[in-house]
Amino acid sequence: MALVRFLIRRILSGIVVLWLVSTLAFFLFFARNPAIVARALGGRQATSAILAEITRRLGLNQPILTQYWHFLDRTVHLNLGLSYYQGGEPVSTIVSQDLPRTASVLVGGVLIWLVVGLAVGILSATRARSLFDRSATVGVLIGLSFPTFVLGELLLLVVYLPLNEHGYHWIETGYASISTGFFNWMGYMILPWITLATVQAAVYTRLSRGSLLDTLGEDYVRTARAKGLTERRVVYRHALRGALTPVVSQLGIDVGTLLGGVVVVESVFGVGGLGQDAVQAISNGDLPTIIAFVLIASLFVVVANIIVDLVYAVLDPRVRIA
Amino acid sequence: MSISELEFQAKSVEDTPAQAIEGRSQWWLTWHRLRRDKLAVAAMIVIVLIALCAILAPVFSAITGHSPTAVYPNSGLAADGSPVGPGSLFWFGTDNLGHDLFVRVMYGTQISLFVGVVTTLIGTAAGVSIGLISGYFGGWVDGILARVVDSVLAFPYIILALSLAVVFGPSLTIVIAVISFFSWAGIARVVRGQTLSLKEKEYIEAARSLGSGPWRIMFIDIFPNLMAPVLVLATLNIPAAIVFEATLDYLGLGVQPPTSSWGNILAAAQSYYQQAWWFLVFPAVALVITTVAFNLLGDGVRDAMDPRTERVLAAGRGRRKRRRNLARPTGGPSAQYPDPPRQPSPGSA
Repeated sequence: MALVRFLIRRILSGIVVLWLVSTLAFFLFFARNPAIVARALGGRQATSAILAEITRRLGLNQPILTQYWHFLDRTVHLNLGLSYYQGGEPVSTIVSQDLPRTASVLVGGVLIWLVVGLAVGILSATRARSLFDRSATVGVLIGLSFPTFVLGELLLLVVYLPLNEHGYHWIETGYASISTGFFNWMGYMILPWITLATVQAAVYTRLSRGSLLDTLGEDYVRTARAKGLTERRVVYRHALRGALTPVVSQLGIDVGTLLGGVVVVESVFGVGGLGQDAVQAISNGDLPTIIAFVLIASLFVVVANIIVDLVYAVLDPRVRIA
Repeated sequence: MSISELEFQAKSVEDTPAQAIEGRSQWWLTWHRLRRDKLAVAAMIVIVLIALCAILAPVFSAITGHSPTAVYPNSGLAADGSPVGPGSLFWFGTDNLGHDLFVRVMYGTQISLFVGVVTTLIGTAAGVSIGLISGYFGGWVDGILARVVDSVLAFPYIILALSLAVVFGPSLTIVIAVISFFSWAGIARVVRGQTLSLKEKEYIEAARSLGSGPWRIMFIDIFPNLMAPVLVLATLNIPAAIVFEATLDYLGLGVQPPTSSWGNILAAAQSYYQQAWWFLVFPAVALVITTVAFNLLGDGVRDAMDPRTERVLAAGRGRRKRRRNLARPTGGPSAQYPDPPRQPSPGSA
């Protein structure tokens, strides 16, 4: 029952966040002169009559509040509208084309990020000051210092280019659907995954190592050892549970950072997903598409935070969902 | 046991640590520890060299005789119009337009360091002020400010950064504004937490009873006690800001060519990496060396200021020793279980 009430409250506040963010994006768009849209569409030789006609057809000549009302009405009915560009294609079509691409990047990237980050962190903490720990610390530092796009570009230079020059064409740039074969899909996705995961994995290695080292000094861990439990059981059953709570709470904050990483990774490897098209739409001033991307990004952040809070409550019995 | 005896004991306990650190300020200790940290010293030297590159960029330009914005279509481009590799004329080679890459990378240093330092100063000043106000006044002020901090930390920064850059047009000022905007929240959160506990201390009570106003207490009495965490956060913010700036440039939303920055050189290099590795490698190496050096220095400063780090590592050593002792069949059990040092809970910072 508490769970249902928690979910209802979080979903309602999530809807408020979505409304606030999309409204902000809407008015931010009008802070910039929307006439540039007409100018971009009309081309260089467009007369003022043509520009006015384009503006009228897009509805950009109406009062802002009227347009805002239309926008709200449309969005509530789950209609994302038509793009200003690409021949007036429905935004939902663009989104449904882009979604599998972005999802492909995210799935593998997040998996590598969490598995590598936590595993290396745990191993470093349980073997503090060992050779493994020292090399992991150096690796973390280098990983943290690489801007995502630089790592991506260097991977293209030192992995993709030599492999393709020598006739190995498994690793590709761009995108292939998973329906063309799992192995083929992985070939397209492996470099974006590594690029997306490296910086984040470095952060989480450092975080989980520090947190686990702290927890291993707690009294209850000493009690567990004193009971005669095996070291493995002490670390993985007792200490890890307590050590993971600060790591999980950081996850909610990092979802925003992750989206930034997706935008960069998609641009470097030409994946053509939501992130890359968002940059395109923002520089074109394609309002319906921008709002759709903002809504999807915010929805992602809201849902991820609800999941993080649920996991948090499972890990730490002191936390009550209410 | 009489009361005076108890007082005497309490007094002697209080006095002991004071004698141990006699005549050594926290800054002296920090500096002393930092000087012994070879990596941190190396990082400092590298940072000084990078700063020299930034300052001496015009000198390099004069030595090579190449301006950072001039194109050299005859000597700087091959017959088919492709970039020329590194050589005696162009030390780092040229880019797709025939610019001297070496001079452009040196000038790029100026932008990166400037943005890194300026945004960190702005972000730190704002973060410290907001954190102090939020923590000291509490109540509804704190409620509102804490929510704002949470929102800024959780906001997909790239979306706001892109929108602002597009609305106001890409420029260095917008880059600095955007990065500063995302730099203060983390610092504010830490400062707020520390202020919450510091404001309950007796010496703050004493300051208040002497008639100090809230602003004096916040900035004269509380702030100096926050210098250590703020300095660490600020040092680590510099490489993050440099990366952020380069990323905005890369996406075409920051510093625009012909002004050279590492980010916009790398953006242009993306289309040419198959023919001209130097176009990509030199600015990338410059960028990574800079961020590694600042991260190393930041870690060094944190370790030097935080006596806890040494204890954490000592706990690790103790545990391994214990495990080795356990493996040996002989030895008294009581000696094998020294008390592990208590660590403050991780959430306290």
